Amino acid sequence: MDSKQFDVEGADVAWCPGCGNFSILKALKETLAEMEITPDEVVMVSGIGQAGKLPHYIKSNVFNGLHGRSLPVSAGIKAVNPEILVFNVSGDGCTYGEGGNHFIHNIRRNPNIVNIVHNNMVYGLTKGQASPTSQLDFNTPLQVNGVFEEPFNPLATAISLNASFVARAFSGDVEKTKEILKKAINHNGYALVDIFQPCVTFNKVNTFQWFKNNTYYLEESHDPFDRELAFKMAIETEKYPLGVFYINQNKKTFEESLLAYKNDKSPIYTREQDMEKLKKLMETKK
Amino acid sequence: MSWNSPLDDVSIVLCGEAGQGIQSVEAILVQAIKKTGYNVFSTKEYMSRVRGGENSTELRVSSKRVMAYVDRIDILLSLSEGAVPHLENRVSESTLIIGDEKQLKSTSHKNTLPISLVEMAKEMGGAIFSNVIAAGVIACMLNVPKTVFNESIRDIFGRKGEKIVNKDIEAGMKGYEIGKNVLDSGRVNITVKTSSNVFDEILLNGTEAMGMGCIAGGCKFMSSYPMTPSTPLQSFIASNADEFGMIFEQAEDEIAAINMALGGSYAGARSLVTTSGSGFALMEEAVGLSGMIETPVVICLAQRPGPAVGLPTRTSQEDLNLALYSGPGEFPRIILAPGNLEDAFKLSQRAFNLADKYQIPVFILSDQYLADIFYNIPVLDVDSTKIESYTIKTSKNYNRYQFTDDGISPRGIPGWGEGLVLVDSDEHDEEGHLTENLDIRDKMVEKRLRKLNLIEKDIVAPELIGSKDYENLIVGWGSTYGPIVEALENLNMDNTSFLYFKQVYPLDGSVSEYLNQANNTVIFENNAQGQFADLIKLKTGYEIDEKVLKYNGMPFSVEEVEKHLKEFLEA
Repeated sequence: MDSKQFDVEGADVAWCPGCGNFSILKALKETLAEMEITPDEVVMVSGIGQAGKLPHYIKSNVFNGLHGRSLPVSAGIKAVNPEILVFNVSGDGCTYGEGGNHFIHNIRRNPNIVNIVHNNMVYGLTKGQASPTSQLDFNTPLQVNGVFEEPFNPLATAISLNASFVARAFSGDVEKTKEILKKAINHNGYALVDIFQPCVTFNKVNTFQWFKNNTYYLEESHDPFDRELAFKMAIETEKYPLGVFYINQNKKTFEESLLAYKNDKSPIYTREQDMEKLKKLMETKK
Repeated sequence: MSWNSPLDDVSIVLCGEAGQGIQSVEAILVQAIKKTGYNVFSTKEYMSRVRGGENSTELRVSSKRVMAYVDRIDILLSLSEGAVPHLENRVSESTLIIGDEKQLKSTSHKNTLPISLVEMAKEMGGAIFSNVIAAGVIACMLNVPKTVFNESIRDIFGRKGEKIVNKDIEAGMKGYEIGKNVLDSGRVNITVKTSSNVFDEILLNGTEAMGMGCIAGGCKFMSSYPMTPSTPLQSFIASNADEFGMIFEQAEDEIAAINMALGGSYAGARSLVTTSGSGFALMEEAVGLSGMIETPVVICLAQRPGPAVGLPTRTSQEDLNLALYSGPGEFPRIILAPGNLEDAFKLSQRAFNLADKYQIPVFILSDQYLADIFYNIPVLDVDSTKIESYTIKTSKNYNRYQFTDDGISPRGIPGWGEGLVLVDSDEHDEEGHLTENLDIRDKMVEKRLRKLNLIEKDIVAPELIGSKDYENLIVGWGSTYGPIVEALENLNMDNTSFLYFKQVYPLDGSVSEYLNQANNTVIFENNAQGQFADLIKLKTGYEIDEKVLKYNGMPFSVEEVEKHLKEFLEA
């Protein structure tokens, strides 16, 4: 299938030339096309930020909601229609900052969605303030004396919560990113794919070259079912490993846990309300 | 009233500490009393604590239908030493106080009837049984058949297992023995008559009536965060989720709750959230999202006194302005405010149709008082309700925000039809893509607000109770309905009527006429500023003459309304 079917005609893209987002968009479109997925089978859910605009540039169903609040939206969509493929796409600020509580609890909830987090270690749309993943001593117009907060480690957090799928990619390597995305899509359960990407305008420290020099891929022999090992790899910051860190196959998804799907797999929006049952319920109150 | 004057409308209050099971006893008794054929009403007041303090529940048993709280206590069953002091303001000379000998020692009231409650409970195996013994006393005094009483115990305590249920039944029978002694003492003379039509009626509380309305309205998805007094509706939907194929999810916070509900709604399920004041404050941002993306959601806002945490377990009507002005920007909304159980059902059902029809947030304003009151009513008419469908199967070139004459763009659902469904919290074009084109912006604002023209033709008009030829008009909204109606009946004045609002926003066109016809107008509200009176003034220019405002967290009693009405009408 041609990835062009995901192109949005006349899209007025708001990203800077050279932005890592372009590569993520390309990787996503190609992944979907190669997996023979069509636009109508997909919902792209996002929050606010430059990454949050991605759904407008990929032909699909779209829910571009509030800053930080995309994960609950994704869970709601998936619960009502388990047949639809849900991608939750937003940036590091939206997902780990404003939406931090939802990040934690959606890992626990475990809806079968792919959560792509564009991680450029800076706020782009608001012009260059620190993000939760900004590195120590990073200077910004607001962090004038440099960042002093410990950078948020999304992978270690996810693994500590026994998340169902945890991976990191780098936008500079589209082919490897596609491989990781395919694994995330095929995984049954919540899949976190944190994607390093350079912000060419507001992050002059963590540049394309910096990411290239400071990342490496996990060995082929890495055992993603070993949680302790995964955690050990996730807290490495000397150089950042890339790839699928952790897979937990022993978790029921949110949808699978819902009583509404116990005996009937059809999406609940297709079902009629049973008024006779309501009358019976009322009878019990006599 | 003398000590043993006949009572054909008796108010019995049970009072004890939190943890003594007053609420379970209430549930057992209202059910047993109703099944005996009496009209019954109950309301509880309780503290925000798990142990200690004083909680009480009022049971009104009457020859006619009753649906309001009275201050009067005919019989007080005290289960703790603090009970009488707690209810001091409501205890009069004619109140018969029944309680344990030792616990009544400190009271100066003369009309007491000591019983050996504590000792008997100890014999049964612990103080915990004193509540069921007390229930047995009351049931016996009301001539409730033992089989009916035991059946209610099984219903309420069944899940605790056979052994405990049998012990409770035994305790209840001890209560019957005491009750017989009370009756033999000649100190009470209950003459309440049963009524055969009560057997065919149903006994509901406000929460159940709302919950059944939500089901009848096609509710399929609920996500919420526990907060008194909205939690019971969450329990109702959760416990019926399996039977009706609904989804209930306890969210990590109120923000997640409403965003999840909007996700569910976007995907095609009629969605509900319920919360209270501060919890709703967290939801406000997403109320704007609902308005912007034109995705329906029903918000049941169960009011309690604020600001902030306020009085967690008490009642109020303080959040009308909060609901009315919640969310940034301008968009249409509807606010309903049921005042009785029939309307709690009907309006909750209607809320889902309205939300879907106009693709907006619709509020059901309730409160602790309405959520918790029980009384018997005729079976609710499910057949006359209809789930009106307003979604379409999309075609290839579907545009979610297509400009239309009435402002309503046909609403598609992702995965149903050939089209794509795009919603965006940014200003957007017809397709749903974000835009900063100012001409489109103007058109979209106008499109959203144009829906108001239809909404204003689709209002639940206020109901006039009493003569059309009134001189004095009482105004009320929501749960003040019960006490106002009963007070008006008691005063028996042809020249005074009650205008009961069940939709508080937008206001019906008839409101000005009703108000202008009156020589004198008075409003009753459970808040300190007269929020609805202000809204009426804003929308009609009419200033209501007198405001009776109560904001201590307790509902208006029938006597209180009567007293204020008398003062007002004499002035």
